[in-house]
Amino acid sequence: MARPQARPLSPHLSIWKWGPHMALSILHRVTGSSLAIVGALGLVWWLTAAASGPAYYAFFLEQASSWYGYVVMVGITWAFFQHLFSGLRHFVLDVGAGYELKTNKSWSLLIPVAALFTTAAIWLSIFAGKL
Amino acid sequence: MGNGTGIGRVRGLGSAKSGTHHWINQRITAVGNLLLVLWLIFSLLQLPSLDYLAVTAWLAKSWVAVPMILMLISIFYHLRLGLQVVIEDYVHEDGTKFATLLLLNFYAIGGAALGIFAIAKIAFTGAAS
Ligand code: HEM
Ligand code: HEM
Repeated sequence: MARPQARPLSPHLSIWKWGPHMALSILHRVTGSSLAIVGALGLVWWLTAAASGPAYYAFFLEQASSWYGYVVMVGITWAFFQHLFSGLRHFVLDVGAGYELKTNKSWSLLIPVAALFTTAAIWLSIFAGKL
Repeated sequence: MGNGTGIGRVRGLGSAKSGTHHWINQRITAVGNLLLVLWLIFSLLQLPSLDYLAVTAWLAKSWVAVPMILMLISIFYHLRLGLQVVIEDYVHEDGTKFATLLLLNFYAIGGAALGIFAIAKIAFTGAAS
């Protein structure tokens, strides 16, 4: 049976004109993948440290409350909310809504702002509580 | 190859074999992650301290240990499905793709098991005092 050998491929990155929607889509993948590796490993490390007893947990706390610990945790918090908000956008697109050019662009611009705002609010409240 | 209709030849072939199931489960676990991780973040913010005693005493409660275990299942299931798509998009050589997906499965199941075991250990042996 004859089958077409060269099937059409969807155009790749180099073809598209950059826009907020494309950046957001890439960010969804980047934040999802980093949560999957750095976030999940950090979470399991925290739990196994707590299960290992006070001595090892103290070592864990030392790392977590160092400057690089905070850099990682602020990064994870931002990645989580960025991924969460663009995940909610996925749900809207999934039901077939939000494809009008203007609407699509506005949400794509709003989501990174919302993620930065949430991250800042959480960490400012943490640091304010420490003062 | 038969000479049936176009749709008859296509059914059950190609990537359309089981995509819907994958897609739905990605969404179900997304909602699970949404609820459970937000719960974890706001619970951690409520704790008076994150030191050893405070954290183990908190994790030992059944209404904490159970949602924590559910959260680990939801996160690792979601990330297994998610990273599978990422790998399939970028790794094209059959052997490497097989090996990478194998590694992903070990990571997802092993990571979830390790986290669940840690919670169970804290919950069953009681908060150290
Ligand atoms: C999976 C990654 C994470 C692990 C393993 C982890 C664990 C810890 C631990 C145990 C500390 C040091 C506590 C101390 O200095 O006494 C710490 C600091 C802190 N983390 Fe995280 N955390 C993670 C992600 C997050 C996220 C996403 C948030 C955002 C809400 C957060 C909120 C806090 C708070 C409340 C502090 C500072 C409070 C304090 O030092 O008492 N953590 N983290
Ligand atoms: C907390 C840990 C989370 C991790 C580790 C994680 C990880 C991932 C990864 C690796 C992907 C694949 C990315 C891609 O194919 O480009 C993904 C996709 C997805 N995530 Fe998450 N995610 C998390 C939380 C969430 C939350 C809270 C939501 C929902 C609000 C969500 C919604 C989605 C959706 C809808 C997709 C599929 C996107 C598509 O079909 O292209 N995720 N996630």
